[in-house]
Amino acid sequence: MAAKTLTIDGHLVSARPGAMLLETIREAGITIPTLCHLDGLSDVGACRLCLVEIEGQRRLQPACMTTVSEGMVVHTNTPRLRSYRRQIVELLFAERNHVCAVCVASGNCELQRLAALVGMDHVRYEYMSVAYPVDISHPRFGIDHNRCVLCTRCVRACDEIEGVHTWDVSGRGIDSRVITDMNQPWGTSTTCTSCGKCQLACPTGAIFPRGVTVGERPHASERIALIVEARKQRW
Amino acid sequence: MGQRIVIDPVTRIEGHAKISIHLDDAGDVAETRFHVTEFRGFERFCIGRPFWEMPGITARICGICPVSHLLASARAGDGLLAVIIPPAAEKLRRLMNLGQIIQSHALSFFHLSGPDLMLGFDSDPARRNIFGLIEAEPQVARNGIRLRQFGQEVIELLGGRKIHPAWAVPGGVRSGLSQSGRDQIRARLPEMLAIALDAMERLKRLSERYRREIQTFGVFPSLYLGMVGPGGRWMHYGGKLRIVDQHGQILIDELDPIDYCDVIGEAVEPWSYLKFPYIRALGYPAGMYRVGPLARLNVCTTMGAPRADAELSELRSQVGPVIEGSFYYHHARLIEIIAALERMEMLIEDDDLLSNDLRADAGVNRHEAVGVSEAPRGTLFHHYKVDEKGLITYVNLIIATGQNNLAINRAVGQIAQSYIRAGRFDEGILNRIEAGVRAYDPCLSCSTHAVGHMAMEVELYDARGTLVNRLAR
Repeated sequence: MAAKTLTIDGHLVSARPGAMLLETIREAGITIPTLCHLDGLSDVGACRLCLVEIEGQRRLQPACMTTVSEGMVVHTNTPRLRSYRRQIVELLFAERNHVCAVCVASGNCELQRLAALVGMDHVRYEYMSVAYPVDISHPRFGIDHNRCVLCTRCVRACDEIEGVHTWDVSGRGIDSRVITDMNQPWGTSTTCTSCGKCQLACPTGAIFPRGVTVGERPHASERIALIVEARKQRW
Repeated sequence: MGQRIVIDPVTRIEGHAKISIHLDDAGDVAETRFHVTEFRGFERFCIGRPFWEMPGITARICGICPVSHLLASARAGDGLLAVIIPPAAEKLRRLMNLGQIIQSHALSFFHLSGPDLMLGFDSDPARRNIFGLIEAEPQVARNGIRLRQFGQEVIELLGGRKIHPAWAVPGGVRSGLSQSGRDQIRARLPEMLAIALDAMERLKRLSERYRREIQTFGVFPSLYLGMVGPGGRWMHYGGKLRIVDQHGQILIDELDPIDYCDVIGEAVEPWSYLKFPYIRALGYPAGMYRVGPLARLNVCTTMGAPRADAELSELRSQVGPVIEGSFYYHHARLIEIIAALERMEMLIEDDDLLSNDLRADAGVNRHEAVGVSEAPRGTLFHHYKVDEKGLITYVNLIIATGQNNLAINRAVGQIAQSYIRAGRFDEGILNRIEAGVRAYDPCLSCSTHAVGHMAMEVELYDARGTLVNRLAR
């Protein structure tokens, strides 16, 4: 089948049929923020940071969930999109307790990087300041729900790559929370293989190796894509 | 007609405070209070956090002495892990604390109290600040800035940054000292020692000018608490605690920090956010004790550093074996800077400092621990309890300034009584009252576990509580 030709931010770009808009945008060398997307995992379109404007469509579309089509005219960086993106990041900060100064992921955190990228110099919303628990019952890892952005990358890594589906999401809306097994302490999970892929996938300091201190949690999410590629190629 | 004077906010200290002075019908001082008006809540919101994060969190209590919190917290963490940390880590922590003592004392002496001492208590308040000092005594100001910068540099060389390095952790430290870092410290030590000795000489010369202040700035008997090392040597990290009375008699020695609760009680007063620790054996408020540079000099047998020892002997020969006056906190600070530089000279030659074996690893082996460090302002206690997984269930922090709270109150009273007569006072007198507080170099941000800047305000109230006069900066 013939390649699709589309226009992104005024540049003519060609993409293979069936390609997603996000990868096409990135292949064209254009920076677009994402949070719930992780190379190697399926996409869920949850974070809405990769929203783009497509001419002829009234609604904004998440680039990670949109397939390219012939003649598509896409804008990735309009004032409206920039305003929404900043708003989204601010809302994430307001929803839980992201205190970079004392966070294990400070300096290695996608949320922190996003805040800088979208120019978040302050948060215009009132912080909700709900105290979430920390679970360090697992012998190797801990989960601090205060730092969780509900991207579900841990859920997908556990299900799609490790294949055990220890992680899932319980509750709805503002009460949503990632859980292990039947909403029990992680250390009592019978399905968890302690593989650590959830920790690799986590964009913030929500899932961390036990015993790490401020800024010590490395960011290694790209290793998820490496595992996927290695399995395909039987390295 | 009785009056009440309020100094609010108190300036050139770390944190927010005000002073109220009640005058009787004759216009003499009836009562004084030093109010700490900050509230922070660290002891509450740390509950539920993994204890490994505590050094990083509690260091944020203060931007002046984060290292003290870092070290006390990491030490409490060592206790929860029940490990003996690698010798290199122990020595590196000690080196960083020496850097901290130097930079904080330099800040207190040159930047905060220097304007009073060098320019005079009655000098123009508009110029009685670090900028006025730079104008009048550029070399002194430059020395002070360089000395502080050196202390900060030592902290940065070890922890990667000057303020809030997340460096000491339960079990050890995160990074070592490079050979070039060691060379850098070694190369600067002679200049720093010369600066400290010069400041000491200047202060001694000024003592004549401030004879009345020396006699009235918080001169009263009290107990003293501080850390000492083997043989009663001056110690700032890793030693045991000693308490001496007003005659220099040792009341309690070799006190393990974990047992502090048996010895120290904490009282609360409705007019201050700051708690009032006291020595249980003597009750409240008779168990008033002081901590900090003066206390450390009073509890130690020797400084364990020749030039500092010579200065201490000279001071003791003039004042007596126990140095009571709060004014001498300034002398004590400089003697400690000298001692810290000398100790650094000795420590820096230890090849252990360059080791890569820096961190002991363990799980939660104890559920309760106390970490103590000598902060520049005095003995700092971090007391934690954790659950079986290592989540914090209890935090008690006893801060140097809290322990000096009773003494600061007493000093304020003494200065006010000495200078305010028949309702007459001026700005210079109020500044002396503030300076009496400043001598303790209080850190109210720490002691109330606050953001903010220091400022001072004085209000004068009559016997019916009506505001008569107010001086603010």
